[in-house]
Amino acid sequence: MASGDSDVSNGLSVPKATKLLIAGGFGVGKTTLVGAISEIKPLRTEETLTEASIGIDNLDGVAKKTTTTVAMDFGRITISSHLVLYLFGTPGQDRFLFVWDELSTGAIGAVVLADTRRLDDSFPSIDYFEQRGMPFVVGVNCFDGARRYQPDEVRIALDLEPDVPVILCDARDRESVKSVLIESLRHAQRRAQRQRTPSPA
Amino acid sequence: MEPNHSDEPDEVWVDADAGPVVRPYAMTRGRTQPTSGNFDLITIVMTVRAMSPVDVGLGPEHEAIVQLCQQPTSVAELSANLNLPVGTVRVLLGDLLSRVLIVASNPDPVTNPPGDDLFEAVINGIRRL
Repeated sequence: MASGDSDVSNGLSVPKATKLLIAGGFGVGKTTLVGAISEIKPLRTEETLTEASIGIDNLDGVAKKTTTTVAMDFGRITISSHLVLYLFGTPGQDRFLFVWDELSTGAIGAVVLADTRRLDDSFPSIDYFEQRGMPFVVGVNCFDGARRYQPDEVRIALDLEPDVPVILCDARDRESVKSVLIESLRHAQRRAQRQRTPSPA
Repeated sequence: MEPNHSDEPDEVWVDADAGPVVRPYAMTRGRTQPTSGNFDLITIVMTVRAMSPVDVGLGPEHEAIVQLCQQPTSVAELSANLNLPVGTVRVLLGDLLSRVLIVASNPDPVTNPPGDDLFEAVINGIRRL
């Protein structure tokens, strides 16, 4: 189904895009990771939302609405003339989880970037992906001076499912980031293969 | 421009640091939904033809999009490069789509998990970097 073929319309061959999510706590290095591999300097896009579009309260007829701006950083990797991959850093705060819904729809994989000094900060991202059934890997960003933990220690501390890969990485290093992204795609691919058994849908 | 607002202080002059003078919704003439099209953050847009004098009713932001999209460009990149909220960009793109100034390539619908061919293409693409 999802072939990644480009659209041909009006005689133009327009590439298709797909995306990967980079989640994790504030200051854990999401934008650094995106910048280490993106072919463009990470860009920031802003979605302006009113309380009404957040969908909690019905504000019909109420003159004054609160507006919130959610910023998302992203980068781009051109895979081929038909296919472009976008890497989106997810906005940190819990109250923006509805933006995650939009971001995670159609994502082919996800990385939760973790800092061993503040592992708690990765719980909201992990909870979110587990609840949505979105396959993810945990990349442990090895900051200078941070004590090195073994992946299994991190797995236990984060109470991860046994099949969730945990990878030590350096978000500044292009080769290291490449392996994390590839591992996240391999993991998502294995999940997809398991799910692709015939089912009424 | 409302001449009088009793609860507002005297007029204050601000410089460019205060942000754009024209509010995003003014560019869309108050519209919050595009008249045509369904633009995801990663929908890729390309220009079909240059704007001409017959394209009345379009503003400088429309023209900027037509310029940028001579190369395939995503909605997210347009928003970032034009420094406009995504919602505003979507409305402007709807105007351009309905006049066939652009074409848009939407991401594949997410019904089933992606196929092996997509995973392999992306993995190989990253390896080659």
